[in-house]
Amino acid sequence: MITLTLKEQPGVPIEAEALSPDVVAELGHDEICALPIFLGKRQLRLDEFFEVEGEASEELEIRGDAGRIKWLGRGMTRGHLNIDGNAGMHLGAFMKGGTIEVSGNVSDWIGAEMSGGYIHIGGNAGGQIGAAYRGSLTGMTDGTIVVEGSAGLEVGMRMKRGTIVVKGMAKDFTGLEMKGGTIILGGAELRTGAWMNRGTIISLAPIPLLPTFAYNCSYNPIFLRIYARELAALGVSVPFEESEGTYELYSGDAAVSRKGELLIWKPAG
Amino acid sequence: MLRITGGRVFDPANDIDGEVRDVCISDGRIVAEVEGDGIRTIDASGMVVFPGGVDVHTHVAGGALNFARAMTPENHRDAAKFTHSPELRAGVGGTTPTTFATGYLYAGLGYTTVNEAAVPVLSARHTHEELRDTPLVDKSCCVLMANNEILLDLLEEGETERAKHLLAWHLWAAKGYGVKAVNPGGVTAWKWGKDAKVLSEPVEGYSKVTPAKIISSMAAMVDELKLPHPMHLHCNNLGAPGNIDTTIETMKVLGGHRAHMAHLQFHSYGGDDWDTLRSESVQLAEFFNGQPNLTADAGAILFGDSVTITADGPWQHLLYQLTGRKWGNLDVENETGCGVVPYTYKGTNLVNAVQWAVGLELLLLIDDPWRIYLTTDHPNGACFWRYPEIIQLLMNVEFRRECIAKLPEKALERIHLPGIEREYTLSEIAIIISAGPARALGMPQKGHLGIGADADVALYNDDPDRERMFGHPRYLLKGGEVVVEEGDIRKMVDGRELVVRPAYDESIEEYLRPLFEQYYTMSFDNYPVEMERIEGADIRECG
Repeated sequence: MITLTLKEQPGVPIEAEALSPDVVAELGHDEICALPIFLGKRQLRLDEFFEVEGEASEELEIRGDAGRIKWLGRGMTRGHLNIDGNAGMHLGAFMKGGTIEVSGNVSDWIGAEMSGGYIHIGGNAGGQIGAAYRGSLTGMTDGTIVVEGSAGLEVGMRMKRGTIVVKGMAKDFTGLEMKGGTIILGGAELRTGAWMNRGTIISLAPIPLLPTFAYNCSYNPIFLRIYARELAALGVSVPFEESEGTYELYSGDAAVSRKGELLIWKPAG
Repeated sequence: MLRITGGRVFDPANDIDGEVRDVCISDGRIVAEVEGDGIRTIDASGMVVFPGGVDVHTHVAGGALNFARAMTPENHRDAAKFTHSPELRAGVGGTTPTTFATGYLYAGLGYTTVNEAAVPVLSARHTHEELRDTPLVDKSCCVLMANNEILLDLLEEGETERAKHLLAWHLWAAKGYGVKAVNPGGVTAWKWGKDAKVLSEPVEGYSKVTPAKIISSMAAMVDELKLPHPMHLHCNNLGAPGNIDTTIETMKVLGGHRAHMAHLQFHSYGGDDWDTLRSESVQLAEFFNGQPNLTADAGAILFGDSVTITADGPWQHLLYQLTGRKWGNLDVENETGCGVVPYTYKGTNLVNAVQWAVGLELLLLIDDPWRIYLTTDHPNGACFWRYPEIIQLLMNVEFRRECIAKLPEKALERIHLPGIEREYTLSEIAIIISAGPARALGMPQKGHLGIGADADVALYNDDPDRERMFGHPRYLLKGGEVVVEEGDIRKMVDGRELVVRPAYDESIEEYLRPLFEQYYTMSFDNYPVEMERIEGADIRECG
């Protein structure tokens, strides 16, 4: 395992695309120390900000508050990135495989345009989780993101496939212009599913609905039984038994295709 | 002083076809001989020597292009980056390159002159500011006039003489080089939510003005004003299935007046709808071959991402409805419009496959290379930096066959390309990328290596991979300065701006002023671009 311990908080955010298992997997200790990172416009050596231990491993651990370090695990395809603390913007953006585990909070754009892999956040997350970058046609195309806490705006914006779970509340515009995939929420603020074309949003608590979503029926979707079993392995519990309650299905967004589905859990009794 | 020695020279304007000979340069011009000390010699053995490339139709500066840049951040993220260095300014390439990068990328193809093909007078000042920041190439621009409502009002009243002075006044006000007509009447009609699809029907809001009348009157005005470049014409019904009839009718309506037919590929379709769209390049080329008053550029497409940008507002709305992608629409007061829609041409798409073939067919079937030029209507059909891919397709029939084999089978019965064996020679390539467009633009100092010509010279390795060859000039000379050396940009020089000053009756300003102050949002005195705004102006008097 390679361990990087942050020595001091940078004055401005650091851009550290080098900090991914793909980059360090084959490198010796000295090479890792010399990896380039950007502090503002200045290029620095990695060991100017981190104590470096270990070498040549797909297991990378970062200790300390990395809340101002951007692009951790960018485009990674394998291995494991463990962050003991917070992480900054664009964590796991363009990720293709491997796993990222963060014990603290993370900022915006985590897993943006990712196409595979698993990201688990112990605390809260910012906005644009698994989203499309500005102008892009599609956000995440596969993979799984689980957030134990709350999330910010535009979660899953333009996502096409994959799963996002936010156990707490998500802010406005969750699933904005969604094209496919699944978002599971512990609740959400306004305009959930706005302009969604396809895909499924499941809320385990009542949420305010857009007028362009129409009530369809109440039922317990069969696919959820299978899906819930998959998710249970990731520590996510989704109810599906009829004895516990039912889901209200709303179809929308009628402002676009009406093919998206919004499932809202109603506990029995 | 400089001597290029040992290279095979392709200078079709002077009937030099691959002869090994010296090219001598002094004071930025080609000279017969250089003598004395301090002569630099470039050994061009194994290389071919071309006059610098001339792009007759491209969109590299101005309001519409900037609008497209702002609309497509996703294209900048994936684009080639130019980092700041002692020679270069930072920038990005991609579908809509930044100003400085545009100059670097053109130089990276061996091009030294570009014609920005669509400038509204209202945004001419902005266009010139951007052109000033586009180094390494000389620049000219065409001014959009075919939907100018003050001019159309004059045509409605039959005042063609006054309309001619008005046209000339606008050309000089914009510090333009040529006159452009885009979807004549159609952009004006678009302001009523309509288009102008039939050449003989009155344009919305008028009773006598038809697209045909606009086309024939404007072409006549351009000829009477003796402008160096003929009317630069984007026909009605661009991109529409079955538009071949409109295109041929347009050529007839011109009645022998000169015209440059822009991006002809987009105007050569048969069929009734998208499902039956087919190539009509044979019919078009046959007709065009018999019209010596006309020149054209290909407007070829290549598969991949592009951004469509045009003053043709109604077409862009249709394209937006077809694709469901983003759409930008601008109303340029009383002059023109503009639409922007990102587009991806796919080899698996039947319509796109036909379009791809049509562009190449026109280049191969129009028999006189002096009248058809290589363009992609950048960035509409493809980016200009992909020209070498088209050169490879034109010069190598085997490679062309490999590409045709990848097309959907249904496309093959709708195109003529599989039956065309012609391969371009290097000399013909020199014509379609340099000598021809320079002649069409009326730039006697460009596109050749004769004595007195501007010393814009491109040296390429004679490489059987023509795409690699034309994508990486070994040397490029701009105005006698060696700007590209061993494939790298080594020196930065600013290009000049070519401006035409037509003769007109100055009293037209007194006619225009009250109309302008009534209908425009800006003050009349702020409208014309001041001469001191144009850096390195090269003014051509005419008339």
